[in-house]
Amino acid sequence: MRERPLSPHLGVFRFTTSMAMSIANRITGLILSVGLLVLVWWLMAAANGPAAYAGATRLLSHGLVQLLLAGWLLSFAYHLCNGIRHLTWDMGLGMERHEVKRSGVATLIATVVIAMAIGYLAFFVRSAS
Amino acid sequence: MSLRTPLGRVLGHGSAKQGVSHWWVQRLSSIALVPLTLWFLFALLGLPSFDYLTVRSWMGASWTPVFMVLLVGTLCYHSWLGVQVVVEDYVHTKGRKLAALLGSSFLHAVLGAAGVFAVLKIAFQGA
Repeated sequence: MRERPLSPHLGVFRFTTSMAMSIANRITGLILSVGLLVLVWWLMAAANGPAAYAGATRLLSHGLVQLLLAGWLLSFAYHLCNGIRHLTWDMGLGMERHEVKRSGVATLIATVVIAMAIGYLAFFVRSAS
Repeated sequence: MSLRTPLGRVLGHGSAKQGVSHWWVQRLSSIALVPLTLWFLFALLGLPSFDYLTVRSWMGASWTPVFMVLLVGTLCYHSWLGVQVVVEDYVHTKGRKLAALLGSSFLHAVLGAAGVFAVLKIAFQGA
């Protein structure tokens, strides 16, 4: 059988915000998949005794890793909000052009608010106590 | 009268009746992950500290290990499905695609097994 064309043809479309947000959903998903590695590694460290856990804590509290965790948090907030947006589309809601634009803006605002709220609790309230 | 086209009848055996299953389980797992991930983050933030004993006594207590197992399992499942779609869309070389799909599948299986094992070990050992 001859080679069939494969979707998506990223190069042939005019660049739009909706498109960027769709790609960002995949990118943040991949970042979260990497975060899953870290989560399981941390759980294994907690299961393997105090020495392993102390090693994990040392690495996780390193400044550079904290920065990565902040990026992970932002990715989580985005993937959560945009995922819910996708679920409403799956129900056939909000598919009109102006609605898509509006929910896109709402998603971005909610992402920043959620990430900042959790980040504030995690990085400032927590480390102060 | 059958609505299937002659081409559909002759190419293989037509639909395997699994057309929407991948799409469906990806949505199903995403819905489950909304409460699970938020519960996990806020439960962690509610802990007085992240030291060894605090984390372990939280992880082993009451319903926490049950939801942790669900969280890790659903995360691995959802991540596996998502990475699969990305690989299928962007990796076009046959060999590389196969290698990436196999690698992702095995990695997610290991992650799921390790995560569940770690949670249960903590739960059964106690703090």
